[in-house]
Amino acid sequence: MEVTMNVNGDEVTRDIEPRTLLVHHIRDHLGLTGTHWGCDTSNCGTCVVWVDDEPVKSCTTLAAMTAGHDVRTVEGMETDGELDPVQEGFIQCHGLQCGFCTPGMMMTARALLDRNPDPTEAEIREAISGQICRCTGYSTIIRSIQWAAKKEQETPVEVSAS
Amino acid sequence: MTVTEDPVDTNAVPTPDNNLNDHKPNGFGRMLRKEDPRLVRGRGQFCDDVTVPGMLHLAILRAPMAHARIVSIDKSAAEAHPKVKAVVTGEDLAAHNLAWMPTLSNDVQAVLATDKVRFQHQEVAFVVAEDRYSARDALELIDVEYEWLEPVIDVRKALEPDAPVIRDDLDGKTDNHCFDWEAGDAEATEAIFADARENGVVVTEDIVYPRVHPAPMETCACVADLDPVSGKLTLWSTTQAPHAHRTVYALVAGLPEHKIRVIAPDIGGGFGNKVPIYPGYVCSIVASLLIGKPVKWAEDRTENLVSTGFARDYIMRGEIAATKEGKIRAVRTEVLADHGAFNGVAAPVKYPAGFFGVFTGSYDLEAAYAHMSAVYTNKAPGGVAYACSFRITEAVYLIERMVDVLAYDLEMDPAELRLNNFIQPEQFPYESKTGWVYDSGDYEPTMRKAMGMAGYDELRKEQAEKRERGELMGIGISFFTEAVGAGPRKDMDILGLGMADGCELRVHPTGKAVVRLSVKTQGQGHETTFAQIIAEEIGIPPEDIDVVHGDTDNTPFGLGTYGSRSTPVSGAAAALVARKVRDKAQIIASGMLEASVADVEYEAGTFRIKGDPEKSVTIQDIAMKAHGAGDLPEGLEGGLEAQICYNPENLTYPFGAYICVVDVDPGTAEVKVRRFVAVDDCGTQINPMIIEGQVHGGLADGVGMALMEMISFDEDGNCLAGSLMDYLIPTAMEVPDWETGHTVTPSPHHPIGAKGIGESATVGSPPAIVNAVVDALKPYGIRHADMPLTPSRVWEAMRGNHTPPI
Repeated sequence: MEVTMNVNGDEVTRDIEPRTLLVHHIRDHLGLTGTHWGCDTSNCGTCVVWVDDEPVKSCTTLAAMTAGHDVRTVEGMETDGELDPVQEGFIQCHGLQCGFCTPGMMMTARALLDRNPDPTEAEIREAISGQICRCTGYSTIIRSIQWAAKKEQETPVEVSAS
Repeated sequence: MTVTEDPVDTNAVPTPDNNLNDHKPNGFGRMLRKEDPRLVRGRGQFCDDVTVPGMLHLAILRAPMAHARIVSIDKSAAEAHPKVKAVVTGEDLAAHNLAWMPTLSNDVQAVLATDKVRFQHQEVAFVVAEDRYSARDALELIDVEYEWLEPVIDVRKALEPDAPVIRDDLDGKTDNHCFDWEAGDAEATEAIFADARENGVVVTEDIVYPRVHPAPMETCACVADLDPVSGKLTLWSTTQAPHAHRTVYALVAGLPEHKIRVIAPDIGGGFGNKVPIYPGYVCSIVASLLIGKPVKWAEDRTENLVSTGFARDYIMRGEIAATKEGKIRAVRTEVLADHGAFNGVAAPVKYPAGFFGVFTGSYDLEAAYAHMSAVYTNKAPGGVAYACSFRITEAVYLIERMVDVLAYDLEMDPAELRLNNFIQPEQFPYESKTGWVYDSGDYEPTMRKAMGMAGYDELRKEQAEKRERGELMGIGISFFTEAVGAGPRKDMDILGLGMADGCELRVHPTGKAVVRLSVKTQGQGHETTFAQIIAEEIGIPPEDIDVVHGDTDNTPFGLGTYGSRSTPVSGAAAALVARKVRDKAQIIASGMLEASVADVEYEAGTFRIKGDPEKSVTIQDIAMKAHGAGDLPEGLEGGLEAQICYNPENLTYPFGAYICVVDVDPGTAEVKVRRFVAVDDCGTQINPMIIEGQVHGGLADGVGMALMEMISFDEDGNCLAGSLMDYLIPTAMEVPDWETGHTVTPSPHHPIGAKGIGESATVGSPPAIVNAVVDALKPYGIRHADMPLTPSRVWEAMRGNHTPPI
């Protein structure tokens, strides 16, 4: 079936099998390998992307379900070559080690800050509770998100959600 | 000597306003990672991201039962699938003598089963197809007829005379015995136990460390591309040990070693899970050889959990002999180890139980003895993984749990009991009663620092008040010593390969450099820390140093990253290769400065004449001179580069004091980890930010193992933990904000005094958490409870119905 969606601002059309999972469509058909395939059961969150403005687990979403929608991946986080404050926060606070969970974590973090610019630690923990990181023990991820929140409070930025 | 002050305040958190990250060290110190800019952009390249033109996809058919004879396999329907290129069974592999492969412990493992399957989800056949979905579709079309055989699942019954024999592939095998191993002096130990039974105290406890799984976020994968013209195999693979894998492939597949290039691209976590060679890799190589096209294999999460290297699975009886005053005199243990269907542990061959011999802990004993029996069962192979430091995780859990058992019986404070039994600083280097030589240690300051950070005395007061009110608060301590950095060539090898590491450093004419490593990061930040080691030694800034690793064609030979060995072994190699370059640079500098070599001194990238600081040249000046026109000092070759192979003279012995505070809900038995204080001593610190990260990750592992994680089986051998819905890993909701601190006791034999840190927290944290839970349950008269301490298991314990998990 032919599926058209907007991915990181570009309209893309592909002829795919109806059963194709969004994660495989993004990775194997569109070549955007920053989104990762981790568990198949919606538990680990390495596959989190945005559909419209909502973070979803792309390993349990059919690509066909996103036809006509906006999909945003980690490759779409930068604006004009500038890192998103969330990306910068992860670098500054050692919020990643192997980097495999990182894209999904950052997509969720971005969505959180768009809704709640000054989250508490508990709110951050809850926001990323659908995702697993095996390397960091989470504290530095939380600091990274707090870093980004603080940065955005100090330098208000246009939220880049389309 | 121990430096108890933090090198930096590791609990300081960077903010957009503070200057924590502004300092750019030209050597050791907090430094942001060179890996991160690509990884935060989604521009890392993990194995499943690799795409090669013409690439096909491989999927593996796995056994539905734990023990069964293969009667027949009909693959005709799968072969008829329009997108299928090949369907291969064990019989097909056997025709090429490829059905079995060696494991890293000198056993053999089936690549694809030929005679029978020996664990549920064992590899039976593979399909190669045009895309990943079609390959999986075709698996459904393979018709395998099995004859059910009675499985051996209960490890305690594996050695019974009438137990079915799993490994009838081995000549003359009539039982499920894998190996026996012992350490220490049985007689001397028994003599002390006999005396203690009369005049002191003996405590005994049965302790289970259940089977768990490293479950890195990236599962295992590879792309095999065997060029039919040149005969060269390029294998992108999730491997922590690319060079060791290359050699094994050469031995298994009969390919000349120079025709194999193993590339480990970005690795999404390893934790020991990516040390063994799995059938999927070998199948992919065979497929590429057969078809003449590149072949990708990427396992799913279930395959990762049910078939790849598990960890632990030790049933231990621990015993301590002590005086009534609490002086520990001897430790003894009897272990039953479940190695699964094939002995696939990745430990040095002379240490079949890994470094479990370091089970004497941080204490000065009179005697110790360990005996182990390892057995085969119808479960997946593995055993040394999950940041275990070659079984030190089990050893530390045993001794640290047992010390608390002793404290319980003696009604002593567990902190005081530990402080009274530590090896004293003047005893280092300390030879343990099982023959290990601890390089350096100064335990009491580390313990005192952790107690101070935790507010130990106040916590005990709070606990007493809460107990009055019926609230369940527990305080758990562990003090661990690890042995990491395998290892000395005279003692340690894997499949005959000495556990050394090479390093090559080239300084380019403009003073930039490339350093090539034999180890491979899986998130530990080697691209940063190894640049810092070179910078510290020769003064070239870290950002001017490219770190190349994970490519056997472009790096010197070495055994890879596991067992916390990168810094102890490869880090030493990096420091020494830089010193070799510095020595040569000093000779060139002497020519440039027209002084004798002895009159030139080096400091932070600059060479000057002693007593004449005005006359100096930089390492960059020297690099150009080394490659440039004009004469060099007599007898000196041009260029500025060196290569070494470092053979460590001993292991390094990091240690730490951990204190955990838990609250147990008396109504639901849910355990909440309220606080966790970790004070680590890994010797000289290269990058405190990365060290803190390594510790944090290991602490979360400990929460997982202590409270949540277990690979369990039903009595038929069905694995009950085949997804992340069933195998529970901590999320941000289950772990506290970590409180970390450090002391620094350098290793005397390591060139920069560093010790390994990658596994310390995974090793040290489970006993602290379990000790805390058991301490919380003290009002119920509980002295021991086994992991995982899930609410239901804690609930049973509170009702006096605690049973081991296996």
